[in-house]
Amino acid sequence: MTAHELIRSSAAEMAAKLASGEITSVELVQAHLDRIAAVDGGERGVNAFLHVNTEEALAVAADVDARRAAGEQLHELAGVPIAVKDLIVTKGQPTTAGSKILEGWMSPYDATVVKKLRAARMPILGKTNLDEFAMGSSTEHSAYGPTRNPWDLDRIPGGSGGGSAAAVAAFEAPLALGTDTGGSIRQPGAVTGTVGVKPTYGAVSRYGAIAMASSLDQIGPVSRTVLDSALLQEVIGGHDPFDSTSLTDPSTGLADAARLGNVAGMKIGIIKELHGEGYQAGVENRFNESLELLRGAGADIVEVSCPNFGYALGAYYLIMPSEASSNLAKFDGVRFGMRRLPAEGPLTIERVMGATRAAGFGDEVKRRIILGTYALSAGYYDAYYGSAQKVRTLIQRDFAAAFEQVDVLISPTAPTTAFKLGEKLNDPLAMYLNDVATIPANMAGVPGLTLPGGLAEEDGLPVGIQLLAPAREDARLYRVGAVLESLIEAQWGGPILDRAPSLVETVVEPVETLDYVETTAKEAN
Amino acid sequence: MSTDTIVSFEEAMEKYDPVLGFEVHVELNTKTKMFSSAPNVFGDQPNSNVNEVCLGLPGVLPVVNRKAVESSILIGLALNCKIAPHCTFARKQYFYPDTPKNFQTSQYEDPICYDGWIDIELADGTVFRVEIERAHMEEDAGKLTHMGGATGRIQGADFSLVDYNRSGVPLVEIVTKPIEGAGSRAPELAKAYVAAIREIVKNLGVSDARMERGNVRCDANVSLRPYGREKFGTRTETKNVNSLRAVENAVRFEIQRHAAVLDSGVAITQETRHWHEDTKSTTSGRPKSDADDYRYFPEPDLVPIVTTAEWVEELRSRLPEPPAERRKRLQADWGYTDLEFRDVVNAGLMDEIEETVAAGATAAAARKWWMGEIARRAKLADVDPAALGVTPAVVVEIERLIASGAINDKLARKVLDGVLDGEGTPAEVVEKRGLAVVSDDGALQAAIDEALAAQPDVAEKIRGGKVQAVGAIVGGVMKVTRGQADAGRVRELILATLGVEG
Repeated sequence: MTAHELIRSSAAEMAAKLASGEITSVELVQAHLDRIAAVDGGERGVNAFLHVNTEEALAVAADVDARRAAGEQLHELAGVPIAVKDLIVTKGQPTTAGSKILEGWMSPYDATVVKKLRAARMPILGKTNLDEFAMGSSTEHSAYGPTRNPWDLDRIPGGSGGGSAAAVAAFEAPLALGTDTGGSIRQPGAVTGTVGVKPTYGAVSRYGAIAMASSLDQIGPVSRTVLDSALLQEVIGGHDPFDSTSLTDPSTGLADAARLGNVAGMKIGIIKELHGEGYQAGVENRFNESLELLRGAGADIVEVSCPNFGYALGAYYLIMPSEASSNLAKFDGVRFGMRRLPAEGPLTIERVMGATRAAGFGDEVKRRIILGTYALSAGYYDAYYGSAQKVRTLIQRDFAAAFEQVDVLISPTAPTTAFKLGEKLNDPLAMYLNDVATIPANMAGVPGLTLPGGLAEEDGLPVGIQLLAPAREDARLYRVGAVLESLIEAQWGGPILDRAPSLVETVVEPVETLDYVETTAKEAN
Repeated sequence: MSTDTIVSFEEAMEKYDPVLGFEVHVELNTKTKMFSSAPNVFGDQPNSNVNEVCLGLPGVLPVVNRKAVESSILIGLALNCKIAPHCTFARKQYFYPDTPKNFQTSQYEDPICYDGWIDIELADGTVFRVEIERAHMEEDAGKLTHMGGATGRIQGADFSLVDYNRSGVPLVEIVTKPIEGAGSRAPELAKAYVAAIREIVKNLGVSDARMERGNVRCDANVSLRPYGREKFGTRTETKNVNSLRAVENAVRFEIQRHAAVLDSGVAITQETRHWHEDTKSTTSGRPKSDADDYRYFPEPDLVPIVTTAEWVEELRSRLPEPPAERRKRLQADWGYTDLEFRDVVNAGLMDEIEETVAAGATAAAARKWWMGEIARRAKLADVDPAALGVTPAVVVEIERLIASGAINDKLARKVLDGVLDGEGTPAEVVEKRGLAVVSDDGALQAAIDEALAAQPDVAEKIRGGKVQAVGAIVGGVMKVTRGQADAGRVRELILATLGVEG
């Protein structure tokens, strides 16, 4: 098997080849490092990675190979590499949150999910690009330049987790971690033709994910197949005593559900408010085809109404900035990260904090901090934050009512396919509308999954199909998702990502670490 | 420092009715901090008792310290508060470098304890009920030290150092309702209230309760109004008054200062004040309006705290006897007068006397030793009597030696010296120093004969019936025997020698 074929395998296939001894983890990691070197950098590079963790990834891979050679029982995904969104803190690698204010900052501790990746011995390839502090739907708000969509390098990869989605779509990593506050895993998944899951709120520890909106944030898997996301969620999920909001009884059996592959007799609800007007024709068409496929597989498709979803976006843009304004207060130049002194005038602490935040934060971050500060101000709290929380309750009730009628809900993930870089950069409201279908899940804490539903006929770009399940019922997403995935692949004659144009690979310079790889591989033997 | 004019306290009291209010912050002595596993230890190397959570690094989340919640409930129960079955935390937001997250995690709308009261007994026995508005949980800030500049304050400092060891230490803030009707007792009540809170939290074992270390910190609110008016005057809040005497003095000073300002027809500025121990006065801090906007909102990283009735009752069963009731019980048991008992309390010797009585001494003897010889020696050594090194067992043993006639009071004092000099137990000291009472009648008789011969006129008076003159002869005998005689036996022998009925 060539390196080209190897990196196109699913994580589950890679794991099987590692287990059978067909490949080594060092080979697998090196193939991905080579791919990153070939497609990620340069003026027309994908720019999915902010940091590549070459040495550590190869060292972990070599260690896995040695342990496997010694007959040690290893985790199923041991040796399978992964990329981590740069909002999640890692020891030994910088964590920037896509912001200048954290440029070069090294966390002294690992996020819980990172500890779990290390415990499973998954080599971490590096840190992926994102909109600054995860605020955006296009990754254009990164302080380190936008990530490009592997389907069309002039288009956005979605956001905020455009780096993780693009890395997986460009075969730079088989798996990645994302975070999803209003759609930051799912919307990038939709526009890059990949799979992404926002688990039930509390199913995965948030400890070590730099908070945007604490009550909405959730870490989740990014992958190319439904099964791979299930396998990854099983690695990162579970109760964490360091996160008070983490569930004590998170759902299990996710990979089993993905392997079950059966929707006969399941009730699937179309959300009346989340398709039709405002949705691109090609998106609507692929969505309708998905319904037909599921119906053909024996599912009962019905329409349900969630009348308060229309208020979700407005309420979200009060709750999210309110919490963000508070969570981002700690970035003041006093203890860590960038510190800027005022150009002139006295050096008081207030003025140093002000100068640091003025220089360190980008416009979208400042916009949300100002919005949130305003919404929480005395005299406005009830009208804004208070009302938004009431809307949130109504959305939760809509979900509760809907899930009394159906097992899962279905909708398009995003209203459009990937738009051009720069197209919506100066129109925040248009940008915010990308998340109209994903936000309700965050507002209610329920899990959501996106998978590729085919390509839109008008632009040949991928369309995302979203599945939503009741809280703690993440397994249902994997069960229905895996069935729909196989039906769509059968219809399209293979994975949707196979239809993505090949990226031009720049000539890979001999990598310095090759010597190191050979020695460690030898030691492993 | 202060240029404020003041009027005499008496003059202020003639015209104005003071209203008080207190916010007392109690640092809990839990092993770890309020929301992190970092150690809660005072006095260590700066910034050594910290971890990523109490430093507020990116990505961290708080977890509530269950022990701190229990301590808070105990304080609430001791203050006769209701305990909320369900309560939440909130973020109080303000930018300041001693607060790593630039918000303090506190409680806002639903404190864990509310609607309580405490009876404060003043020195003359007057009991004053103080109503408690709430007692809520929060975290302490780090400690700033302003370097350079004359005042040690941030204004004029060259730079400031911050120690985050205190950042995240669990606090309970106890807030009173407005205290009306204290009149001229207001300063005394202020001191007594803070003393009572300190005693309660110490007695509960939930705080080290050392004011000099900031374990108990008082913000004292004072306002004045003309007598008969219902509406409160504008208040000032004197921050961090950190000794009992300072609380009393600060309240007295603010009353005097307010009165002078009001007398001059000027309105009081609503502000914080800083207390200065050196000048015994306050200076202006920052303006404080009731509408300070801290942009409170519910802490989204913490789930609500649920206190079940079983949990609260289990904690209630752990409550020690309330300090006021304990004092009443002990005074009654010991039969001390009010004055005697107050002296014992003021000397801080209630615990020692209780232990000494429990070990077998009479209450009178325990008081005699602790308030007498031990207190006197402690004063000379400039230490607390309790810290001198005398144990209740020593007092009991000395008393037993006296009762058995082995030593007398005068010798007992020498025994105490011996014990303090490390010569062993009282019995060992008696043995080593040869302090046993001379009880050999033969030896005594010789001394008596000698003393009678030396003072024939006194001997004659005694023979003539002036039995009280016997003291002079006893004194002579004691002198000769260097005090090692049983004075009672000496008296008997003298009277027998002279053929007089005692």
